Amino acid sequence: MSPMLFADITVFVLSLLVGFEVISKVPATLHTPLMSGANAIHGVVLVGVMLLAATIDSPLGYVLLFIAAAFAAMNVTGGYLVTDRMLEMFKARPRDVRR
Amino acid sequence: MSGLDTTTHLVYLLSAVCFVIGLHLMNSPATARRGNQVSAAGMTLAILTTVVVLADDKSSTATALAVLVLGAAVGAIAGAIIARRVAMTAMPQLVSVLNAVGGGAAALIALADALHHEGSLPLAQVPVSTTLATFLDLLIGGVTFSGSVVAAGKLAGRIAGRPIVFRGGHWVNLGLFAVALACGLTYTARRGGVPVLIVLLLAALALGVLGTLPIGGADMPVVISLLNACTGTAVAMAGFVLASTPLIIAGALVGAAGAILTKLMADAMNRSLLSIVAGGFGTGDGGAQVAPAGGGTVREASPDDAALQLAYASRVVIVPGYGLAAAQAQHELVALAQALDEHGVDVSYGIHPVAGRMPGHMNVLLSEANAPYTQLKDLEEINRVFPTTDVVLVVGANDVTNPAARRPGNAVSGMPILDVDVAKSVLVIKRSMASGYAGMDNELYTNPRTAMLFGDAKAVLANLNSALTAYITVGPG
Repeated sequence: MSPMLFADITVFVLSLLVGFEVISKVPATLHTPLMSGANAIHGVVLVGVMLLAATIDSPLGYVLLFIAAAFAAMNVTGGYLVTDRMLEMFKARPRDVRR
Repeated sequence: MSGLDTTTHLVYLLSAVCFVIGLHLMNSPATARRGNQVSAAGMTLAILTTVVVLADDKSSTATALAVLVLGAAVGAIAGAIIARRVAMTAMPQLVSVLNAVGGGAAALIALADALHHEGSLPLAQVPVSTTLATFLDLLIGGVTFSGSVVAAGKLAGRIAGRPIVFRGGHWVNLGLFAVALACGLTYTARRGGVPVLIVLLLAALALGVLGTLPIGGADMPVVISLLNACTGTAVAMAGFVLASTPLIIAGALVGAAGAILTKLMADAMNRSLLSIVAGGFGTGDGGAQVAPAGGGTVREASPDDAALQLAYASRVVIVPGYGLAAAQAQHELVALAQALDEHGVDVSYGIHPVAGRMPGHMNVLLSEANAPYTQLKDLEEINRVFPTTDVVLVVGANDVTNPAARRPGNAVSGMPILDVDVAKSVLVIKRSMASGYAGMDNELYTNPRTAMLFGDAKAVLANLNSALTAYITVGPG
């Protein structure tokens, strides 16, 4: 096993533990925004798609690249915007909504 | 390491820190929005840094860059439009779609990377760590993609919500898994090349579809959480394929989040993850049966009686369920709660962890309708309040209030429930006497202290609102 791979595995395991620790404290009220916020974070797959673009030079590769880029970008923008929209609604005090 | 390399790594580390802090700020509704913004800032940093890396690295073809920009633009615009337009009742579908695209992108990374290797490097020289990660990425990413698409279809009502089971389904799934495993191990052993990977991907896609179809609607909170965990893991595997640390870290964080939610949801139903994934449980959305099957008398209340009862109460607890989302009645419900609150009644909401179709679904709907989050109580908190509650108003919730859960030997036994039957009186708004997801009668409805209000939640709540307004403005005299 190369030192690089070993470092990557270490990072993976420690990140899992950090994730468990941080997320187990989120209250049930926020579970939906937590999930869509976490969804937005896995939009980081866009970084992977971008790095991949540097290696692609075949027609089939371009098709895969296009779909992957569209998927990943949708994941990023959709995830963050909808999470923000939801969290904006969480208020400690109500406004008067009755007409 | 060049200067650019060092900077890139440091900025990637900074984005990872932003993700963790962002998730940490989700601990409280007061800071959660800032948390999401911190996380978005981290994402922006990571993407901009990668733009610089691509610009510096001259090896990419102009076509590849154009395709990348075009694809990303199409996806970003689609994502933004959907995020703005989606109704809060449709959040579970949207989260499923986001799981699908994330998992799909991760799987495509593995496939495209393998194609590239095949063109430039003999398979025998690719490290086993890469081939193994490629195998796992394609398997998990493929299952997540098709599984999430089916889950989204079920949640949106495009595919029947009830469990779709066929004979021998488990054997077919087992067979597909065996095929995927065989292909994956072959590729990991650096044999076979891309054709083997394509068979693996097809088997994974089929497995995702056939694995999700037998799972019924009310088990969706578990399924979405599990698919969320799988997407995170697939992204982390893509990180191993590309040796990219930000993907590994973010994927692991999301994997952990999904795993925790999966466990919380399964515990809240007192069912093992295995039995949920095996599927075939429950009835989906309940039939149209009107008469109580199990005997016992059911008392019906008029909106006027119910409004009076609520107005005279000093403490009211509202218990919402999936029926509230299905009827889109959250605004009427919160308006009623607000009127009671102004009338001097102590109002709060008791929310079961699996109420709705995804974790926390009810909280989002109620917040959308402007309920203050300080009134939203979880299971443990609200169960301490029920003994001193005058009226519990159950809106579209069923199995999570069934007292039969405290007895052994039935479909809901052992499930943690909201103890609404210990309150002084209970009002239930429900379309009919049809049984809930577990397919059994709810003993709460034949309890002498319970009165039923039959009808569509939105219409019944509107009637309650006008009856209450009339009563409050005219006054008791």
